[in-house]
Amino acid sequence: MTSDEQHLDGNAAGGVLGQIFAFETTTAEVICANCDAVGPIGAAVVYATAMGTIVRCPGCGEALIRIAHGPQRYWVDFSGTRLMQLSTAE
Amino acid sequence: MERTALPRRLKWQLGRVVDIVDETPRCRSLALDVPGWTGHTAGQHVDVRLRAEDGYQAQRSYSIASPPEERRITLTVERLDDGEVSPYLTDVLQVGDQLELRGPIGGYFTWRVADGGPLLLIAGGSGIVPLMAMLRHRAAQRSTVPARLLYSSRAFDEIIYRQGLAQLAEADPTLMVTHTLTRRQPPDWAGYGRRIDRAMLAEVAWPPSEQALAFVCGPTALVETVASALVELGYAALRVKTERFGPSGGTA
Repeated sequence: MTSDEQHLDGNAAGGVLGQIFAFETTTAEVICANCDAVGPIGAAVVYATAMGTIVRCPGCGEALIRIAHGPQRYWVDFSGTRLMQLSTAE
Repeated sequence: MERTALPRRLKWQLGRVVDIVDETPRCRSLALDVPGWTGHTAGQHVDVRLRAEDGYQAQRSYSIASPPEERRITLTVERLDDGEVSPYLTDVLQVGDQLELRGPIGGYFTWRVADGGPLLLIAGGSGIVPLMAMLRHRAAQRSTVPARLLYSSRAFDEIIYRQGLAQLAEADPTLMVTHTLTRRQPPDWAGYGRRIDRAMLAEVAWPPSEQALAFVCGPTALVETVASALVELGYAALRVKTERFGPSGGTA
């Protein structure tokens, strides 16, 4: 097994993002700050461990979102995301 | 029913195990009563969290096997021998026990009857679980959206929902179920006997001109093989949705 075996789809970040955002995040579209690719978080690449979750751009591999888990807190870094569009439709 | 009335953030909540069914020697379905469950869409998953008395926590994602039409939710869990969470769920948990979970999660890898088709569902091993929820939803709605399932298992007795799938297909001329067994095949086996490859997909999948909606779920290697082969065959990448299991989850 290579380290590639560790990556999952954007859906795998839906749990932690669902605790942070009120709206559905796996269908939210993001623009990568590095390469300008646009796509839904569900189609991104996720690396998840007990320490944290990293959502990477499927185009260039840069981190779109980094979430680190600590006692009673999350640290959330969105610097790799230029823009995020969340649907408010129900 | 299928959607929550108001946007809300996910919270951990408790469900109670109301039924347990053995699906294969390694897989079990757990039916849960979750008070205040707001409904889900076929294809969604939940995160399950186990907590030890010393504060140690482990959590994993499990797809929901039951359709939105059922009030209780069913998870089908495969036992991973070196797993931290699955052996507890398959070997220890009993009817009446409580389980901590959050969900439903994920609006991307989902299908509703109104999304149309034709549907192409491709599963490896326990990757069948979210796709079974879609087929159960389709059947519950008496939908005639044409659907094809290609399901790869290691051996005959490891086919999850074997009888349920056969019953669905028997009753429904618009559903075609094809199996492949990668390690051991019974003597009279009429299905495929190898890993899913491009040639098999060319035979089983809808022609690209049908503009089918494809859902691929299973181990990472299978998902990547299938997704690239479908795109090579002419499927639009945006109509091929994938859900990789990875080795053991570990989703936070």
